[in-house]
Amino acid sequence: MATLEIKGLHVEIEGKEILKGVDLTINTNEIHAIMGPNGTGKSTLAQAIMGHPRYEVTAGTVMLDGEDVLEMEVDERAQAGLFLAMQYPSEVAGVTNADFLRSAINARREEGDEVPLMSFIRELDAKMETLEMHEDMATRYLNEGFSGGEKKRNEILQLMMLKPKFAVLDEIDSGLDIDALRIVSKGVNEMRGEGFGCLIITHYQRLLNYITPDHVHVMAGGKVVKSGGPELAQKLEEEGYDWVYEELGIEQTEEQNA
Amino acid sequence: MTVETKLALTEQDVRSFSEKINEAAWMTDFRANAFAKLEQLPMPKPDKTRIDRWNFTEFPTHTVESATFSSLEELPEEARSLFNEEKEYNVYVQHNNTPAFTSISEDLKAKGVIVTDIFTAAREHEELVKRYYMTDGVKVDEHKLTALNAAYMNGGVFVYVPKNVVVEEPIQALFLHDDENASFFNHSIIVAEANSEVTYIENYMSTVEEAKGQANIISEAITGDNAQLTFGSVDLLAKGLTGFVSRRGVTLGRDSHINWALGLMNDSDTIYENYTDLMGDGSESHFKSVVVGRGKQRQNFTTKIVSHGQNTNGMILKHGVVNDESTAIFNGIGSILQGATGSNAEQESRMLILNDRARADANPILLIREDEVTAGHAATVGRVDPLELFYLMSRGISKQEAERLIIRGFLQPVVSVLKAEGMKKLLAEVIERKLR
Repeated sequence: MATLEIKGLHVEIEGKEILKGVDLTINTNEIHAIMGPNGTGKSTLAQAIMGHPRYEVTAGTVMLDGEDVLEMEVDERAQAGLFLAMQYPSEVAGVTNADFLRSAINARREEGDEVPLMSFIRELDAKMETLEMHEDMATRYLNEGFSGGEKKRNEILQLMMLKPKFAVLDEIDSGLDIDALRIVSKGVNEMRGEGFGCLIITHYQRLLNYITPDHVHVMAGGKVVKSGGPELAQKLEEEGYDWVYEELGIEQTEEQNA
Repeated sequence: MTVETKLALTEQDVRSFSEKINEAAWMTDFRANAFAKLEQLPMPKPDKTRIDRWNFTEFPTHTVESATFSSLEELPEEARSLFNEEKEYNVYVQHNNTPAFTSISEDLKAKGVIVTDIFTAAREHEELVKRYYMTDGVKVDEHKLTALNAAYMNGGVFVYVPKNVVVEEPIQALFLHDDENASFFNHSIIVAEANSEVTYIENYMSTVEEAKGQANIISEAITGDNAQLTFGSVDLLAKGLTGFVSRRGVTLGRDSHINWALGLMNDSDTIYENYTDLMGDGSESHFKSVVVGRGKQRQNFTTKIVSHGQNTNGMILKHGVVNDESTAIFNGIGSILQGATGSNAEQESRMLILNDRARADANPILLIREDEVTAGHAATVGRVDPLELFYLMSRGISKQEAERLIIRGFLQPVVSVLKAEGMKKLLAEVIERKLR
């Protein structure tokens, strides 16, 4: 079992504090969901874990099996077993999806022990079939001209090919129709198991009908303010967030309503 | 005001050269005429690059004698990889200043295709060469460097594709530079007559690290009605040469196309002029080039497509990367003349700066003298996008490898349009080498 442990995490963007002490522990074989309205710091948490250049960690720790993640370069974090499915993945012209994936896989292997081309292609084909992706997506340039839904599937394809210990899925459901949602969820559910832990960030309970979380957390004002089981997501869907704020005596700010 | 030019070679020297190689009389006269004009002509003025201290006139010697080749196997390894020896190939090789090897298929010969060195062509196909040599394309008196090329001309290839002939495999010209004292005053002519189709690829390849002298190179491409010419190149000239490279296209006929795919990978300081005149109605030119600058190299790339005919279409796409302390200037000119109604002029310049001391500038110009036309331009100069880097690195790819992927991808638009596999591979390898 592996553990990702976040303690007292404070994060700023351009001098403005967004995360104000996040505590969260995720083990492999667990799926966690973080819910909350816009502007509460959910995506900031995701980006900070992965090491986005614009986000500055001012206090707190992120440990992966005792290793200090915050000391690592972005690529080292990935090598250590972290993965972030991005809300807005970059488009990279001139680099095919397949070439990119092969580089990413080979980056995890020793020189001279690169993944054999045929087995790579076989695996890629199989995963793309699971995700109902058109075969030309492998030879198209990375995310270039992809629709919103295609980009999300492509993130999940990378997840399935790279098989990280921990994945953070940042609003992987936004902008997806029900069909695409079902397909993306199928991909994530295939990953589920002993060696895999996942943190799902979402606005909507809808996604959680397809991927049942073991733990649900609510973020407000840059902190995790409430945790529970899958029934918490259900209640949030039905009743909104106001009762949480009331229960905890949190003043709703403009930002949280945004 | 004219500045007196100290010439390394007198008219008499050139005349002796002409005699020695048994040159066609008209060509000798042509040189003399260029000599007469040389002194008065101004230097070219490439926008945003000062060249008054560049040395375009001195060189160790006008011609060197080099070995000829009896087969492609005798070529250096790097040069050999250009050709697909398995398949039918049509090849001309010039070794420094010596015409060294020619091989074209019997089929093409039978159809009247000519591939030969410029001297032989001037003798044996006098009317044809005279018709196209500095007539519709580059003019002798354009500036001092074009006149200098005409006066000192010491090499080049003549390629002629008669009408209705479709050449399936590319015609490849290799200009191999392995003598540090050799200079090029090359003049090549490529003619594609009506309804013909051909891909011509020229390679300027230095195998010496450093050289002295000049690379004053002119290539003119002329197409007839409905002809299709793809002009490719990979230039790899060594540091120390002074480069002036003028490639000129003229679509004389209607509906004729000249497409350019140029990998401009010289290590020498070079001034590039690449102009295409769209004369025939409905004619088109798509221009694509990639550039990688390194070291202290200074380069200027002026690309111009001029619409003369109606409903013509000119598209310029230039991608460049500057590393170390190099400088690259991209001047792009889309010009639509009066009367060229229905024409379109588009251009796009993208430049990546890899280093604080490197400099890049993109300078798009539209010159429109007609109402019923469309035109546009886009230009960007910038760094590798940190978010793209973050994205690739977040998949475990090292920073160095991520940058390499992004830069390679950035240059891909031209690499991918090169038709010959060997060229594609060479260009990809050179890009890797230059960015290391």
